[in-house]
Amino acid sequence: MSLSMKAQEGARMLVMGNEAIARGALEAGVRVAAGYPGTPSSEIIENLAQASKARNLYVEWSVNEKVALEVASAASYAGLRALAVMKMVGMNVASDFLLHLAQYGTRGGMVLVSCDDPGALSSSNEGDSRPYAKMMEFPLLEPGDFQEAKDMTQWAFDLSEAISNVVMVRSVTRLSHASGEVVMGEIPQTQVRARFTFDGPLLNTLTGPAVNQPWAIREFRRMQHGKLKKAAELFEHSPFNTYIGPARPELLVITSSACQLYSAEAIHLLGAERRIGLLKLGTTWPLPLQLLEKHLRLTDKVLVVEEILPFMEENLKAAAATLAPRIGVKTFFGKADGRLPMESELNPDLVVAALSGILEVPYESVPQDYLKRAEEIAAAGAPVRALTFCPGCPHRASFWSIHDAIQMDGRNGFVCGDIGCYALAASPSGFDTIKTLHSMGSGAGLASGFGKLGVFGLTQPIFAVCGDSTFYHAVMPALVNAAHNKANITLIVLDNGGTAMTGFQPHPGLKVNAAGEEVPPLDIPTLCRAMGAKVEVCDPFDVEDTRRTFLEMMEDQQGVKVVVLRQLCALSPEKRGKRKFQMAVDHELCVGQKCGCNRLCTRVFKCPGLIWDRERQAARIDEVICTGCGVCATLCPAGALKRREVE
Amino acid sequence: MGEVWPLQDPYNIIITGTGGQGNVLASRIIGEMLSQRGLHVTIGETFGASQRGGSVMSHLRISSCSVFSPQIPKGRAHLVVALEPSEAIRVLKIYGNPTVKVLTNTRPIHPIGVICGEQTYPSLEDLKRWIKELSEAAWFIDSTTAAVNLGNPVLGNVILIGALAATGVLPLERTQFEAALSRRMKPDQILLNLLAYDAGASVI
Repeated sequence: MSLSMKAQEGARMLVMGNEAIARGALEAGVRVAAGYPGTPSSEIIENLAQASKARNLYVEWSVNEKVALEVASAASYAGLRALAVMKMVGMNVASDFLLHLAQYGTRGGMVLVSCDDPGALSSSNEGDSRPYAKMMEFPLLEPGDFQEAKDMTQWAFDLSEAISNVVMVRSVTRLSHASGEVVMGEIPQTQVRARFTFDGPLLNTLTGPAVNQPWAIREFRRMQHGKLKKAAELFEHSPFNTYIGPARPELLVITSSACQLYSAEAIHLLGAERRIGLLKLGTTWPLPLQLLEKHLRLTDKVLVVEEILPFMEENLKAAAATLAPRIGVKTFFGKADGRLPMESELNPDLVVAALSGILEVPYESVPQDYLKRAEEIAAAGAPVRALTFCPGCPHRASFWSIHDAIQMDGRNGFVCGDIGCYALAASPSGFDTIKTLHSMGSGAGLASGFGKLGVFGLTQPIFAVCGDSTFYHAVMPALVNAAHNKANITLIVLDNGGTAMTGFQPHPGLKVNAAGEEVPPLDIPTLCRAMGAKVEVCDPFDVEDTRRTFLEMMEDQQGVKVVVLRQLCALSPEKRGKRKFQMAVDHELCVGQKCGCNRLCTRVFKCPGLIWDRERQAARIDEVICTGCGVCATLCPAGALKRREVE
Repeated sequence: MGEVWPLQDPYNIIITGTGGQGNVLASRIIGEMLSQRGLHVTIGETFGASQRGGSVMSHLRISSCSVFSPQIPKGRAHLVVALEPSEAIRVLKIYGNPTVKVLTNTRPIHPIGVICGEQTYPSLEDLKRWIKELSEAAWFIDSTTAAVNLGNPVLGNVILIGALAATGVLPLERTQFEAALSRRMKPDQILLNLLAYDAGASVI
């Protein structure tokens, strides 16, 4: 259990935003928590899972985000406090159930945490989960620092029970994965008993069956709107909405989340504390109108600072229109007028630029001559560091064989990609093998569609790749679809023994669950065979065998084939720090450019454990980086890369 | 040093390197050491790329009064600690200024573009000259080799923390380092890390 889950009341600690959120849930007396791993959200469930035994919680890694929300909601229906956690892409997966949940309501406090990733720092899209709160009509809270991340999560459970509906807490990467100081509160020692009551009338959402009957929806929604109104009333006096600045600011900045820290810093950098007011909103849907009226009437100009969509900006403009008879006409700045960018994340400098433009105050971060020289030096001194598979990563070997087999087949085959480290195979690190890349499970779904285009003349062999965790999350329905519709495809499951990219969280294929208990593993080849697929299992480090298997699969024109490539992630706890082979270059045999191999190992295979020694004009092993997987030894046409098994 | 530190508030530190070098742990340990002095510490991190050989950066904001943005404004770093020399240059381009101080590990990790021959990696002499040119003070140590000598290259980050303490730029004390370790490590690991810390401190 991490220290932040153990700390006594009153302790002041440096904790990650996600730890603060987990601690807030503990302090609220949460009993059930469920989620699916995704950067930047994973540490919330991880911390709660580690604390689950000592704190008497049930915590699980669910198969996907929709099931996680359902698992948590079941606890709420049974009267327990429950938490569902996901990154913003998971909100889309969970959204079907979420609308039903929000229109019906909840019983025990039910909090949904979504961690967004402005700038797509580790995501394949830049989604904004906040509009779900407006679209599906439930309250939205956005913590502005680490203490608030804890306190707001805790309060979200109270709010949920006060209005009997789900409450969303939205974090962002720069809070979830940043660390700051938090003063801990008390963790209650409560004894609760779960019971699902369904004896009351259907229209009583606290005692009746939880059934969204079509005839009841109108009444459910009427109740839902009452809940939202009650939340807005509570928000008027929330301590999470704060104002710092002059009584009559020349410019009012309205902001939320990590942007409040950027805004405060930008005002400070410009020395404009006496001209600019900073209204930080923690309750961002529904908006507290009376509070807004109080602040808007004292200024003429408003800058809205937020990331991804102009969500608050548009809602504030609508609020200002409603309030116009009493506050007058305001000038709004923000994303709509281009003062702040519509795309990517913000930072203090972008806010400074907006403020200095509006107030006409000049700002220079560093002397121009320093900046110019630093740029010149960096052009030569800091070569681009592209992402690549780790040394010893099984994916590099897997895509080597996939790419080779497709080239040898010669019919212009292609691979539909999926979400995981292996998405890098859309770049030269994976030999540009992946040709489509979207959401979880979309590789298999697209392949299923491509696999039916033979009647229209498509003759290219079709592959989909997915990881082991992704297989259970969203690939299984797509594979069922392909099997049922007799799509001619080969699914490659890159089974590296865990949800590796996000930090080795367990999944249904493993023998342990989130709490570390033993569970029966669901075997991927067995599942695929049950779906009627022809299945082969290979070790991707055996390049020859793997390539031959792919070529055989491509010759088989009938239906769904599956190749499971099994090799543990190079960073897995089982492998880390252990070398299977000691590698060396035989300089008698490696003659570099004269060989005719055209530097296959460094120029094409590109493992970071190999270096091109410019002085010697030959390959060299980087002893610090090489993990001793031995694959390069099987690729070198001159046999110059030698591997010796480590005892 | 001591009660008056930091003279600049907030004091901004960037710890940079590449995935797998122990950047995040180094930033947490330095953050906790300063937090133990009663200073307010905010650490911003980007580690989505950390597993896959990308550049990794941690931003530490140290203040006597307040929480700060997890991103340092451009040109406002006071101190850069680099686990890889070309990463120091990458950071100075955006966050450097004429008064910045830099502590750098001299052991290069070649980017994939260099390995495959599309780019060239600068010589260590050039890197040192450029880092000196862009900073007010610079220290260079081969912490990777020192770590290999101790038996594990992953100790390079701790050696750098020891060296950092010895420069006297930050109020870092060995007892605080030991306390930060004891919260997350077993006794035999603590001993090895203390050896690494001392090895770093002895170089400066």
